[in-house]
Amino acid sequence: MKDIICTVLVIGAGPGGYVAAIRAGQRGLDTVLVEAAKPGGTCLNVGCIPSKALIHAADEFHRIGQIAAGRRTPGIGVAAPTFDLAAHRDWRGGVVNRLTNGVAGLLKRAGVKTVEGRARFRDGKTVAVETGLGTQTVRAEHVIIATGSEPVALPSLPFGGRVVSSTEALALDDLPGRLVVVGAGYIGLEIGTAYAKLGAEVTVVEAADRILPAYDAELTAPVAARLRALGVAVHLGAKARGMAGGEAGGEALLVETADGTELRLPADRVLVAAGRRPRTEGWGREELVLDMDGPFVAIDDRCRTSMRGVYAVGDVTGEPMLAHRAMAQGEMVAELIAGTKRAWDKVAVPAICFTDPEIVTAGLSPDAARAAGIEIRTGLFPFQANGRAMTMEAEEGFVRVVARADDHVVLGISAVGSGVSELSASFALALEMGCRLEDVAATIHAHPTLGEAIPEAALKALGHPLHV
Amino acid sequence: MGERIVKLPDVGEGVAEAELVEWGVAVGDMVREDAVLASVMTDKATVEIPSPADGKVVWLAGEIGEKLAVGSPLVRIEVAGEGDAPEAEVEEGDSKTAAAEPGAPEKPGPSRRPSGPPQDEVFPPQEQIRSRPRAEEAAPAAVSKREAGPARRTGGRPLASPAVRQRARDAGIDLRQVQGSGPAGRIGHGDLDAFLEAGPEAAVAPGLRPDHSVREVKIVGLRRRIAERMAVAKSRILHITYVEEVDVTALEELRDRLNASRGDRGPKLTVLPFLMRAMVRAIGEQPMVNAHFDDEAGIVHQYGGVHVGVATQTPRGLVVPVVRHAEARDLWGCAAEIARLAEAARAGTASGEELAGSTITITSLGALGGLVTTPIINRPEVAIVGVNKIQVRPMWDGHAFQPRKMMNLSSGFDHRVVDGWDAAVFVQRVKALLETPAMIFV
Repeated sequence: MKDIICTVLVIGAGPGGYVAAIRAGQRGLDTVLVEAAKPGGTCLNVGCIPSKALIHAADEFHRIGQIAAGRRTPGIGVAAPTFDLAAHRDWRGGVVNRLTNGVAGLLKRAGVKTVEGRARFRDGKTVAVETGLGTQTVRAEHVIIATGSEPVALPSLPFGGRVVSSTEALALDDLPGRLVVVGAGYIGLEIGTAYAKLGAEVTVVEAADRILPAYDAELTAPVAARLRALGVAVHLGAKARGMAGGEAGGEALLVETADGTELRLPADRVLVAAGRRPRTEGWGREELVLDMDGPFVAIDDRCRTSMRGVYAVGDVTGEPMLAHRAMAQGEMVAELIAGTKRAWDKVAVPAICFTDPEIVTAGLSPDAARAAGIEIRTGLFPFQANGRAMTMEAEEGFVRVVARADDHVVLGISAVGSGVSELSASFALALEMGCRLEDVAATIHAHPTLGEAIPEAALKALGHPLHV
Repeated sequence: MGERIVKLPDVGEGVAEAELVEWGVAVGDMVREDAVLASVMTDKATVEIPSPADGKVVWLAGEIGEKLAVGSPLVRIEVAGEGDAPEAEVEEGDSKTAAAEPGAPEKPGPSRRPSGPPQDEVFPPQEQIRSRPRAEEAAPAAVSKREAGPARRTGGRPLASPAVRQRARDAGIDLRQVQGSGPAGRIGHGDLDAFLEAGPEAAVAPGLRPDHSVREVKIVGLRRRIAERMAVAKSRILHITYVEEVDVTALEELRDRLNASRGDRGPKLTVLPFLMRAMVRAIGEQPMVNAHFDDEAGIVHQYGGVHVGVATQTPRGLVVPVVRHAEARDLWGCAAEIARLAEAARAGTASGEELAGSTITITSLGALGGLVTTPIINRPEVAIVGVNKIQVRPMWDGHAFQPRKMMNLSSGFDHRVVDGWDAAVFVQRVKALLETPAMIFV
């Protein structure tokens, strides 16, 4: 096969890689994108999108079930809902396909050449791609590594059989009767909650002493309460020890609890959601001289690796492992290669946890700000005092702002509540624009919306709230 | 009894944290107001933190060598009377609004004095009290704040929208240098415009900061040629510099009259054409200074024709256009040729021939001429005449001081072939002609 010579070579077509490729193509750079699977990476194919589709379906099913049981939205009467997993998966697959086809179309329109196969570095400028037709060599001036991340397996619970990662958990052929989730991070709780709403008996095992250890307790309390209400059993400070035989020929997960006793949790499926790790093997990293930052590829504020002309974006470069961070990095790198002066100067990378209720964080939490030695003032506005939340039967949760005490510059905004994920937009905007509490408080937020809680929280921090 | 929390004050713009290098007190110590509690070091200076009040030390922030954030508690002191108000952290239900005035400089440490009389009897005998007087010079401006504008947070990133940040990056501006006029010192597009208009010199210099930047300038083209020629000239030629002052009062008067009489016709006369004519006359008597020294062959070529190079600054660097046969040009002819060549040199249209072949060179920085220069000879020539600025100096005329317009000539000669004596005679002759300008034309 004839070698391909190009200006920009992108390895991996996840959010980081495909955005980098699109922008590079748009900027007139001769760009090649290598991907073994469908475009869209973890996010579109086995992550954000299918999980959100599953969560949406589970929410609807659960809500209708609650209405049918007379526990919700008085005035509506319906029969008890049924759930057809196959039909759901067809619909979900359709959503994913539309998105991946959309990405493929965007790449084509930007003039990006896509090579299907596995890339392997020969040196910092040359990559061999194993394609269906043989080995294709690609030489490039600039290479962008966007290999992403994969679920972490636990030594005691290798994937296979009943033990699944989030990827398989989103592709089950039948609803598990009993699902045990190992890891109470956002992935485990999102999927666990969805299956609980679809009728599975869900148990969560977490080694730390609380759920969602990455978030502060104030934010996670409503989620913990909701898990209890859904009948999800949570074992904190507990360690998964491995699989063992269970009753009636079934299998069970052995768990060592906080007080040292051993539990046997019968399980049709065990979802190991103990985090994700960067994909730094299998693409010839050893052929390059890349400095590492722990398990991640080390980058500077322009996503440059320690090798000239080699960039890295997305999950492979570190925390937070989020699609929108990868996209922003990918776009930045493409612009840099095209000659624009850019650097990573973002104030905030918002993060959302699609649990029930949802959690949004952007910027610093009160604890993080205090730990940094900053004197702060905080304001918290509960949705109980928000008209729109009442009309949506979603009164749990709050919006919380953190600002510097002396000049009132907003350092962080977070929220927990039903549907607060969409508020993340204004959280990030406020932080990026360098708003003060006064700016947020003085911006008219439409009534009646959940967003009204944002200026109210700012007013609260300033000491003169209106509706509390 | 109350408690005062001494916080690590702002120890200099751009510093977010400081290293604890010395404790002046220990827990349990009684301290007097202004006693040194601790010394902290930033990358700029060591700063001593004084006690804001008399009292007893009850808590210290950490170990020597630890980094502390600006604004974090450093020492807690038990004081007579009331202490600090509780932390100004507004939680639910608290309606305190101490709106920080932008621009109000933070005082280092709390400034309120404890109310109530200081209870001296709680102090142990004087010698046990650690009360080193604060060394003023140890805190060079570190605790003094600049006055103008809202106080920028130390250590924090500059407050600006993404669009402003990108514009600054495109223009190569470090936003930390830009004064923000917005609330909390936020930098807007207008601030950036003002900064760009004012130029980088107008950058706010909040405290002194070391600049570790290195700009690489490739020495290529004309610059490289200049560098090479200068190096060879300086290393091969044994320079001797001779400085003499010339009273140009009469010359300036003559020059003014001639310029006035010409009106707008032709170029205005500068000092250079007069100097050129004077040099032509002086060279007639000292021909050895109008020469090329071929040091390879060991031959000095003395020229009859006086081709005067005039060192000229252009955007691309230094060039030396040549007024050929100055001996055959009158004053106005010299002036016209100088003007023409200078224009061509600056526009980059001067031909190779016009930029070479001088036998002696004049270098003048005009108003920037300074008092004395040590000009480098334009090899293979053997002499160069440097013109310094004209200034009025008091000169003694035997009876009184008279204000006279004085100008120095700093002239360089190749000592291998020009003796000091001859150099001096040449310069004195030029001086005599310029001081009595009529002589030039006789």
